[in-house]
This record gives sequence, C-alpha cells and structure tokens, in this order.
Amino acid sequence: MTTPDLPPAADSGPPLLEMRGITKRYPGVVANDAISLDVRAGEIHALLGENGAGKSTLMNILYGLAVPDEGEILLNGSEVEIDGPNDAIRRGISMVHQHFMLVPVLSVAENILLGEEPMANPLFLDRRDAHVRIRKLGAQFGFEVDPDAKVGSLSVGWQQRVEILKALYRNANILVLDEPTAVLTPQETREIFAVLRQLTKELGTSVIFISHKLYEVLDIADRITVIRRGKVVGSRIPSETDEEDLAQLMVGRDVQLTVDRGESHPAEPVFSVTGLNVSDDRGHPVVRDVSFEVRAGEILGIAGVAGNGQDEMVEALVGLRRVASGGVTLGGRNVTGASPRSLHQQGVGFVPADRHRYGIVLSFPLTDNLALNDYYHPPYARGMVRNDDAILENAERIIGEYDIRTPSATVSAGTLSGGNQQKVVVGREFDGNLTLLVLEQPTRGLDVGSIEFIHRQAIGKRDAGVAVLLVSAELDEVLELSDRVGVMYRGHLVTILDARTTNREEVGLLMATGGRDAAPTAEPVAS
Amino acid sequence: MTEGTAPATPVAAPKDAPPASDGPVARILAKLVLPAAAILLALIVGAVIMIASSPLVSGSIDFTLPFRAYAALVTGAVGSPNAIISTLAASTPLILAGLGVGIGFKAGLFNIGAQGQFWMGGLAAAAAGVATAGLPPVAAIPIAVGAGLLGGAAYGFIPGFLKAFTGAHEVVTTIMLNYIAVQILAWAASGPLRGESVSFARTETITTAILPVIVGREGHIGILFAAAMVPLASWLLYRSTLGFEIRTVGANPHAARYAGMRPRFLIILTMSIAGLLAGLAGTTEVLGQLHHIPAAYSTSIGFDAIAVALLGRSSPMGILFAGLLFGAMRAGSGLMQIQAGIPVQMVSVLQAVILFFLAADVIVRAIFRIRGRGIGSSSEMQTITQSYADQTAK
Amino acid sequence: MDVLYDLPFIGYVFQLAGWLIEILPIIAPTIVAAAVPIALGALCGFMNERSGVVNIGIEGMMLTAAFVAWWTASIVAQVVPGDVIGPLGITAPLLIGLLAAVGAAMLVSLVHAWLSISVRADQIISGTIITIFAVGITGYLNLLISQSAPPSAGQFARFEVPEWLVNIPVIGWLFEALFAQGPIGLSLLISVVLLQVLLFRSRWGLRTRAVGEHPEAAETVGIDVIALRYRNVILGGIFAGLAGAYLTIEFGNSFQGEMTNGRGFIALAALIFGRWTPVGAFAAALLFTASDGIQRAVRFGPPEGALGEFLSSIPTQFYSSLPYLITIIVLAGVVGRSVAPAAVGRPFSREKRERRAPPATDADEPAAA
Repeated sequence: MTTPDLPPAADSGPPLLEMRGITKRYPGVVANDAISLDVRAGEIHALLGENGAGKSTLMNILYGLAVPDEGEILLNGSEVEIDGPNDAIRRGISMVHQHFMLVPVLSVAENILLGEEPMANPLFLDRRDAHVRIRKLGAQFGFEVDPDAKVGSLSVGWQQRVEILKALYRNANILVLDEPTAVLTPQETREIFAVLRQLTKELGTSVIFISHKLYEVLDIADRITVIRRGKVVGSRIPSETDEEDLAQLMVGRDVQLTVDRGESHPAEPVFSVTGLNVSDDRGHPVVRDVSFEVRAGEILGIAGVAGNGQDEMVEALVGLRRVASGGVTLGGRNVTGASPRSLHQQGVGFVPADRHRYGIVLSFPLTDNLALNDYYHPPYARGMVRNDDAILENAERIIGEYDIRTPSATVSAGTLSGGNQQKVVVGREFDGNLTLLVLEQPTRGLDVGSIEFIHRQAIGKRDAGVAVLLVSAELDEVLELSDRVGVMYRGHLVTILDARTTNREEVGLLMATGGRDAAPTAEPVAS
Repeated sequence: MTEGTAPATPVAAPKDAPPASDGPVARILAKLVLPAAAILLALIVGAVIMIASSPLVSGSIDFTLPFRAYAALVTGAVGSPNAIISTLAASTPLILAGLGVGIGFKAGLFNIGAQGQFWMGGLAAAAAGVATAGLPPVAAIPIAVGAGLLGGAAYGFIPGFLKAFTGAHEVVTTIMLNYIAVQILAWAASGPLRGESVSFARTETITTAILPVIVGREGHIGILFAAAMVPLASWLLYRSTLGFEIRTVGANPHAARYAGMRPRFLIILTMSIAGLLAGLAGTTEVLGQLHHIPAAYSTSIGFDAIAVALLGRSSPMGILFAGLLFGAMRAGSGLMQIQAGIPVQMVSVLQAVILFFLAADVIVRAIFRIRGRGIGSSSEMQTITQSYADQTAK
Repeated sequence: MDVLYDLPFIGYVFQLAGWLIEILPIIAPTIVAAAVPIALGALCGFMNERSGVVNIGIEGMMLTAAFVAWWTASIVAQVVPGDVIGPLGITAPLLIGLLAAVGAAMLVSLVHAWLSISVRADQIISGTIITIFAVGITGYLNLLISQSAPPSAGQFARFEVPEWLVNIPVIGWLFEALFAQGPIGLSLLISVVLLQVLLFRSRWGLRTRAVGEHPEAAETVGIDVIALRYRNVILGGIFAGLAGAYLTIEFGNSFQGEMTNGRGFIALAALIFGRWTPVGAFAAALLFTASDGIQRAVRFGPPEGALGEFLSSIPTQFYSSLPYLITIIVLAGVVGRSVAPAAVGRPFSREKRERRAPPATDADEPAAA
C-alpha cells in the first residue's frame, strides 16, 4: 500500500489505472482528444476542467457508459475493455454522479444493494445481511444512516453519503466523484474530504475527483490533471502550483478569477419583501417570514444550500407560485401575487436556474423564443393576429446585441449550445426597461466565457440602476457579484451581510447551521 | 400553408427542424416522403395478409386477390361521381375529429376521448333535432348543430378541467369517459329519448334539422363544415396568438406559464375545442347521414381520428389529406367486400399498419434509404404527451 | 335487525348493508368470473408499467389472444381427439389453444416492447396501433372463418371445491366463489399472490421498481434497463394471453368480433385504482365487477320497500358506468391519490446520456488563445 504522504512519483510498479490516448468523437465535436491519465493506488487524482471540457465523457468511458473511438484502458498494467457499468463495478470502479443516481422511493438499503443484491435463496433477497453490512460500513466512516429510511426524505448531504456507501458496499478500489461538492456547504465539503482521505489511507482506495473549483482541487488532490476542450493541457502537484496557474491552464488564457465588479452606487430601495411565506407543492411551508429590500443599482445575493426554500421564494417573487402571506412591493406598488406577465410589464426580468424549464422552448425557433414575453401586444401582434415581421426584427436585434451565435433567427433553440441558449434567455429578459432583475443560478453548467459574459451583463445592469437579486447555490458566484449577501436556511433568511467584510467561511457556516451551534448536517432526515 | 414557424410534427424533437436553406417546396416534399412510404408498405402488408387468408375466401391460395380487392377499393372510393361524394361524406367526420385530436397534440394533450366526444356531440344534436321537429329547417338546423358543438365541447371540457386542476392524466380520463359516453347514450336513446314509432332502441327520426344534401345522394352540407374548419384551424394554430399559446403550452408548459400564458386555461380551452370538433363530427354523422342516433351506436370514427391526426402529423393540411385517404378507404371498403369478398375490417388493419410504419420509421427509412435525422433510432412519434406520470399540473 | 332498519334515513344504510350481506354469497361467483379477465389484463399492465412502459394496448392483446385461443383449439379439435387428458377438463385442443393464445399475446407484446423501448416511439401510440390492428385483424379473420362455421372445441371445466370447505359457516361461499374456477381462473389467484410477494421481496422486484422509477440510476449500478423492460413487457403478455383465452375457452366457448368490449381498458383502470400492485388490482377488478353484479341483483331481487324502489329506479347504465367514474375520481385525487411509477411512459435512452456529455456543436466556445 502506498503512503499517500509521499509524492506519488516515488511509487513503483504500474499504476492502478492507466488510460492511454482516449479519443471520443461525437457528431461535430471531439469530446476527448487522445487523453492520457494514470492513477496510482491510494492517491486522490483531480481532474480539473471547465464545463464541457470533456471530463464527464472521459469518466463515462471509464465507467463503461460510453465506448471510446480510440485508446486503451489498463488496470494493474493489463489492458481491459470495460463493457458497461456492470463490468466497471466488477473491476472495482465506482462512480458518484453529479446528479445522484438514487431512486427516491426506495430505502437506503435498497438503493445500496440494488444491482448487487445478497440473496437468502434463489428467489428472495437477504435483507438482514444487507442491513448488517450497511450499518458496519456506516459506522466505520462515521455516518450511521437508517437503512430503512426512504432516500427521498434525506438531505442532499446525506444522499451523497449514501452514494459513497454504495461504492464502499461494492468494494470499490477506484472511486470517481463527479463534481461532488456542487451541492454542499463548505463545512459539508470538509466532512466529505475527510472521508475521502480516510478512504485512501485506510483502504488504499484511489479517488478520481472531478471539479472545476480551483481551491478545492488544491486542497484535496495529490495530483491534478487539467483538461481543456478535450485535451490534457498539463499536470500539476498542488505544492508546485497555485490558482492563477491552474486557471490559466484550464481556460487557456489569462482569466480574472473574480470579475471586476467596480463600485456600486446603490440608490433607494425599489423592491421590498416583507414577511413572505411560501409553501411547496405538498403544502409544507418552505419559505418562512422572509424580509429584505433590494436597492436600485445594487446586487443582493442570496446564498444557501439547494433545497432551503430559495427555489420556491424565487418562484413566488416572479409570479410562478402562490404567496401564502406577506407583502412584495416594486417601486412602491404592491405586487404581491402579481402574475408573471404583469411583473414583466412593470420591468421585472428573470433568468431561471433551469433554462430548459422556464427559460426556453427548445423546439421553437429563436424568433418565437425571443418574443415569448411580448408576443401578445403590438408590434408583435395586432389583436389576435401575430406579426411575424416584427417578431423576426426583434429577434435579429437581440441576436446582434447579445452576440448570440446562430446560423439564423429561425433555427430552433435546441440546436444552439448551452451558452448560447442562456444568452437567448438573458437577451430576452435583460432587454427593455428594467427595474428589477432576478437571477437564479444564471451560469449553471456554462463555460467560463459565457459565465464572464453573463456576469458582465449583470454588473452592467446594476450600474444602469437596476435592482438585481441574485439567488445561487454557488457560493463563489454570490460572493463575487453581490454587494450584500443574505443566507437562506430552512426557509428563513438568516441574515444579510456586507459583501466587503464577509468571507466564505462565515457565509458557509451560516449556510450549514443557520447561525446556530447545532450541526444539522448530522441529522439523517431533513426535509 | 403558413406553418413556417413550427415543425408540423406533434413531436418536440428539437433537431428535426429542416435546414433553413431548403425551399418550401422541398420541405413539403420531404414531409410527404415518409407518410407515402408508410402507406405503400401498408398496402403491401395488406396484400400479404389477403393472399395468406385467401384459402378462407376462395378455397385456395389466390395471388390475384389483393389486386381485385384494391381495384374494388379504389373504384368504390373514387370510381364515379357518387363514389367521390361518399368518400367526401366519409372523410368529413374523420377530418373534423382528426383536427380535434391534432390540436390536442399541439398542446401536448393526447385526446383518446374523441370517440366519446363524437357520441356526445351526436347525442346532443339528435336530442335537439328531435326537439325542434316543429321548427323550420332554417331554425332547427342551427339549433341542432349548435347543440352538437356544445355537447362535444362539454365532453372535452371535463378531461381538460380534470387535467388542469387535479392533474388527472387525460389519456386515462378520456378512455374512461368514452365508456361512460356509451352508457349515457344507451340510457338516453333507450330511455327518455327513445322514439315511440320505431321498433328498436333509438331516437325518433330527425326531420327538420337534418343537414341538407347539396350534391349527389349523400353529399350533405357537413362536408363544407370540414372544408371550412381546415383553414380555420390552420389560422388558429399558426397565425393567431392563441395558437402560439397552445403550441407553447404543448412544447413547454413551464415556459408558457412564465411567459404569462395560463396553462390551465389553455388546457381546458384546447380540450374543449378538441371536443367541439369531435362533437361536430358526431353532429354531421347524425344529422347528415343517420338522421337518428341508436342506443348502441357502434363506430370507430373517434379512434380513426387519432390515426388521421398522426398520419397528418397534427397539421391541419396533413389531417385534411389523411382524412380524405381514410375516408376513401372507408367509402370503398363496401365494394371491396362485395366484389372481392374481403371484409371491411381490412381497412382497420391497413390503418394500423400505416401507423405502425410511421411509428417504426426506422424500417421505412431502411427500406427506402431515406436520409434521416441521423442519430440513433428514435421514432418520429416520440413522446407527444408529457410523462404519463407527470400527474401534478401546476 | 328490523329495529335498525326503521331508524330514519340511517335505517336505509343498515338495510342496504344487510341486503348486500345476504346477496353477496349468491352473486359472488359471477363477480369473480367477470373479474378474472380484468385482473389478468391488469397484471399485464402491472408488468409493463412497473418497469416504466405504458400499455394501453392490453385490449388489443386480449382480443388477439381470445381469437387465437378459440381458433387454434377449433382447428386442433378437427384433427386431435378432444378427450379429457387432465384435471379441470383439460383436452389437447384446449391446451394447445391456450398455449397459442399466450404465445400470440407475447408476440404482440414483443412488438409493443420494440416500438416503446428500442424505437422509442410514443408508447400510447404503440398501444393504440395494437388495439386498432387487433380489432381489424380478428374481425377480418373471424368473418372469413365463420363462413365455414367451425366447431367449438368446448371449454375448461371448473375445479370442484371440497364440500367441507364450502360448508364452513359464514365464509364457505368465499372459497366456492374463488376456487370453483377453471385452470386460467386459478392461475390468476396464484399469479396475484406470487407477483405481489416477488415485487417487494425478490431481486427481480427490486430491479423492476428501480427501472420503473429511475432507469438511469438502475443503469449505473449495472442493471440492463433495456433487457429488463423487454423481459417484463413480454412476460406481461402471458397475462393478456390468459385473459383473452379465458373469454373463449374457459368462461365461454365462442368468439365474437370486439368481444373484449373494453375489458382491457377497465384492466388499466383496475391497475390504477389498485395503485400498481397485483393484490390492489385484483381487488379493484372485483369491486368493478361487483357493481354490475349488484345491478343484476337489484333487477332480480331488490330489497324491500323504499330502498328497493330507489335502487331499481337507478338506470342499469349507471351501475355499468361506476367503474369508470370511480377511476376518474381516484385519478383526480378526490379520494386518495394514485401515483404512477415515475418513469412510466418515458423512453429510456442510453445514447441520450452520451450525447448530453459533450457540449452541443459550438460556434462560440470561449475565444481561446
């Protein structure tokens, strides 16, 4: 067993895993271009790259979910062909996907043993044996979880632990984690990191850690391989590199790690929320007594672990969900419970977290997508009749202004890249005379170029005197852009801090605990 | 046709928008290739079935049977002015109900209830027709037709309302409502509406409210209703803001809601329009052809309308042609049975096989080497409706 | 008793309950007999929907099987002697007819599986095609065959329930109603119990539930989603086959066009009402057919007095509509909500996931270098 403290280069013998010259092409794009990667026993190897760089494709190939066009995979020095996830699991490879692969209606135990079921006899499952093993594994790593709890009732942090238990249950010696910290607080992240280190030390497990967060990679990895546009562009050892260096490698040019947000000049409050209460689909209160104000010309950021009521709050503020009680005013007018259309007429723009849900109609051409808010009134319609000329003209103008790369205004939105689709949403929502802009995770899943573009646009709107409300589970984004930062915790807006004086740790702690000393992440069943 | 703004298929497959460089003629041709190939293959399959079953018809294997059968089918459908008129009459309800199903598809709704809406429209028209026996036609006809429209619309409203406010999936509710409609019809036409003067359970013969014949023996004025509804539906879907709303709700109900449209209202409205059109189909049959409604009214027009809408890819023009085709088969099937001894049920077989080849377009593309959209083997007819399990409409 | 009946209003409830208890043993056998094909059809739907495939083609599958069972048995009977060769009136023609029916329904299921799973066509369209085709082809062939008036091969016999079981006081009639059935009816009872247990206790059940709820998750732990769906849909065909055969060689002995008469759709309703479990679906089927049984009882021997007059005044069509009405009410969530497996109707695609991994063709990757 290797000593992880030593530089991995001192290791002898063949690496545990070696991927050589892996190439994978999709129509119109080379996702992996002759990527080589080796992983030694007991090391944590980080795969760094921005969204769309090809990290997930590479790992899908390793996990047997995709077949490479060229290249080979070696395990313990001998070439293998991985024929589906089953084969990968048999060879000791396990993967924790970014979107958890858990069945919500099944219990923890059922999820863990699915695919690897212990049998009491040829027909029936041996549940008792499974429970014993799960409890034992949980105890070893400090997360005891009730095997009979329904996975759907667990918090995100605990669901991730179940995912890791799944891998342990399968005796994985290579554990792949795809963006595992995206949904966690800094504190939860630390806990998971501790588990990963324990795994490598005690069991000699190798970990492939996929991320685009530089400081995390520097913190956890023994070695770092950087991928850009399908190619390996460099390898680093954390002690010999820093964030600037990695960022430069990852993006391929000098990047500013933080946007230059300049000075904001907030004026008087134009948007105020008082005592807002909102319920979720099942009627449970999920937003409780939330009050805040956004001033013209400032960005108010709301941070929080996903699922603490932010989604429902945003939906209520933009008219998509019923307000149970409380008041909302915009420019002095009461807009509590106003419809999306009337809010839009009063200068509210909204960039949703899930653009495929609220933002865009994939099968419609850009013309219709860009007229989605205004199709019903002149010049886009006369009475009930559409004016296709005006709709086209509007689309071409926005396409130009927001630099949307498309062959024409009449192709369907589904043919565009993710970044361009988001620009369609941004172009439509930022257009016109705005008073308030609501941004909900506006850059999720985008490449650095698109992220920079959208951040610049948001700052631009702020400087033009628009009140901006930014709600995001990406703590970094909130801290980068906001003038003030609020934290949502279990439906409450815990506090609002000055962005200039706060830091990641402080906000992270609030996200995790709501400002109380209790450590709620230790409760297996949150809801 | 003015449908340049949307793919005419009911499918929300983003990548199948034809390249913008193709001319409109090429685009329309491209759309016709697949249905034409499917029809051709279905005729071949039908011929094989006929040959295989020919011992049952004539005692020995008979390779000429399909030719005689199809010849009779064509003659019966378009062989004479009267045949053409009966084709038009048979197509009328198929086109009307097909438009109803097609508009539903555009809104992401799978209306299996056209059959029930057809019956309820026909029943309402018959009830009004019997009740207005004392009025002159000029008053009786509008009243009876209006009742038929309302009857169908009301029966379409129910599943729309249930979907919008409780999330109950329209596929299941409309199936159930079809069977409830059978019972309502049986009850009404053998109970309160039963004709005194007739021997079996049906309503009195409608006298003043029957649709006047304008051409031939059975060319009633209802044919013009269908002819008028096609451009109207096309205008509604592609030129009006309401149609845009309907299509948006179908393509992405969440985006529609954020765009200020009212999905609940639109779902209810669309289902009511669908019911109205199917009800009109029932009305033209009852007032134009039967002149009464029987307690046990066995017909499959509402189901065939689904086939019509699918073959026509839910575009009104497509539905017009698909309706004419199926109407022709229906009109010609009688002669086919008489002259070639092939039971009329062969028409249902052909319809099902056409749909099969449309759904399994991979086969058609392979046989005719049609260039497809490429990736994978996904059907043209991918999930039209949202997930069956998506029970909570918000 | 009469004291209770005389209570104002509530008395009618007591009288109705008393009357039902009185007639139930009498009408129970017909209720069970009518419920068998519906419950079998529901089991077919269960196998499909639990693994994530909608099947509204059960009606067509049953109709096909009903025809094939009858026709095959009839043909075989003209060649092979129809001697009883086993218990429950099993003869060679009937047995071969039954197997042929099951085989035919499995073949139709294979088509449904191929269209729904491999071609990823809309599953509701696939079901519609199957039903239209079945109505057409069975009607077509039946008309051609009936010209030669082929003989019937008869039908299966009922199991004779031991006297002592039937004579158990209070509940003896229950055994009579449930077990005095032919081989197909008895196979339903076994299947319901077996599938219910397997669903929650076996590896197959666990995997099926996972595939019906979250196929992507199942795939990542090495379960072959496509193979499992194929297998379950095709095995589901067995039950549709049994349901069809029941109509033409067990309950009756002849075939008429469209004789399934919507039973395949009621089966779907029973599945939903029974919350996608075998036992629930069977219970729902019994409840549905009880409605018709009660209607008959009202016609032939209504309870006395005002209650009887009231029940008799309700049109028979109302009783016939009840199953459909109840299903709508349940679906609408008025009386408890029935929630389908999450992935039902959603085609599973391995490529989709692969395609999602790389960015869409990009004209605008960050202006690099």
